[in-house]
Amino acid sequence: MDKQRRKFLKIAGATALAGISAPVVVNLTGSPAVASAAKNQASAQAAAAGGHGDDTAPKGVKLGLLIDMRKLYGHPELLDKATQACNKAHNIPKIDNKKSEIKWIWKTPFANAFTDQSTSNASYTTRNNDFLVLCNHCAEPPCVRVCPTKATFVDKKTGIVAMDFHRCIGCRFCMMGCPYGARSFNWMDPLPFIEELNPDFPARMRGVVEKCNFCGERLALGKEPACVEAVKEAGAIIFGDLNDPNSEIRRILDKEHTIQRQAAYGTKPSVFYIV
Amino acid sequence: MYNKGTIIPGLIIFVLLITFPLWFNAFSKASTVPKVELPPGGQKECVAPAAEMRANHMVLLNEWRDDVLRDGNRVAVKVGGVEYRKGLQTACMACHTNKEKFCDTCHVYTSVKPFCWDCHLTPSVLAAKKETN
Repeated sequence: MDKQRRKFLKIAGATALAGISAPVVVNLTGSPAVASAAKNQASAQAAAAGGHGDDTAPKGVKLGLLIDMRKLYGHPELLDKATQACNKAHNIPKIDNKKSEIKWIWKTPFANAFTDQSTSNASYTTRNNDFLVLCNHCAEPPCVRVCPTKATFVDKKTGIVAMDFHRCIGCRFCMMGCPYGARSFNWMDPLPFIEELNPDFPARMRGVVEKCNFCGERLALGKEPACVEAVKEAGAIIFGDLNDPNSEIRRILDKEHTIQRQAAYGTKPSVFYIV
Repeated sequence: MYNKGTIIPGLIIFVLLITFPLWFNAFSKASTVPKVELPPGGQKECVAPAAEMRANHMVLLNEWRDDVLRDGNRVAVKVGGVEYRKGLQTACMACHTNKEKFCDTCHVYTSVKPFCWDCHLTPSVLAAKKETN
C-alpha cells in the first residue's frame, strides 16, 4: 500500500512538472511566425498601456468634427441655430429643468467646456462667448468601457460612439463614465415634450440614456450632420474623416493649432476646437 | 366495479369541465381570426410574400435593427424595383399607414405586446402632434 502511494506521488509530481514546463518547450520549439505573433501582441499591449499622448497609426474611418470658434464669436444665434437643427432632426424633447433636460449639442462658457484650461486673465472674447459642445466620440470612450449591455458601442466602420436604445437598461454607468456630461437620461416619457416630430427618426422611451450620434442616419443618406448643415454659411463646423489625408478636416488640423476638451484624461476626443 | 353510479358521471363531468375552454371557444364568436386592413395605397407586394411576412416580420425587423444600428449597414433593400429603407417607421409605415387597423388587430387578438411603439412613431402619433402644434 505504502509503495503504491509513493509511486502515485512520483507520477503526479512528474506530470505537474511536465505541465508547467510545456509552454516553455512550446515557445522554444514553436514556429517563428507564432513566436513573432506573441511578441507583436506583447508590444501592442505595451503601446496600449503607454501614455495617452502617443497615437498609434490611425486605421479605418474615424469621423471627427472641428469647431472654428473664431467664426462663432459674437454670434450666439449661430450656436442656437445648430442646436435647434439637431433637436429637430432627432426628436429631442424640450424640458426646462436642469436635472431632466436632454442635450445632444449645447452651448456653455469656456470655463465649463475646458475645465482643465486656466481662465485666469482670459481674454474678453474667451470670457464673454459661449462654446458649442457635444459628444466627443472619443477614440477611447469611457462610456463604452463601462456599459454592461453594450448598448453604447463604437461603430467600427465610422468610429462613431453610437447608442442602441433597444439594449439600454438605463443604469446610467455611461453618464458616470463620460467626463463631458454629453449624455442625458430620460426621466420621463419624452414624447409630450417634443415640439416638432421628425417622421424619419424615432423618439425614445422613459429610462434610456441618449446622446449625439454624429447624425449617423443622415450620413447614410449622404447628408451632413444637422449642426454642420445649419451653420454651413458661416463655415464654422467642419466634419469629416480624421484619418483621410485629403479630407478638409485633416487639412485644417494639419495647419491650425486645435485644442480638445480634457485631453489629459486620455479619452482621445474627436471634436476639435480652434479658439 | 364499486360505486359505478358515482364514478362514471363524475368522470363525465370532469372531462366536460376540463375541456370547457376548447368547446366554449369553438362555439363562441370571440375566436374569429381578425381581418387586417391592407395598405390603403393598394400595394400588393411587400419586402417578402405575405405569408412569410405574417410569420416572420418580427425576425426581419430585428435583423434590420441590428443591420442599421450595430453593423452600420443602412443600405436600402430593393425588392421588385421598389426600395425599402430599413426601418419600421420609414419602410413599413410608408405603406401600412394605419397601425391601429393593421398591426394592433392581430397583436391584440394574440395578446402580443411589442414595445416598438414606445419609441417608434406611428402615422397617427405624427398626425396628432401636428394638430396640437
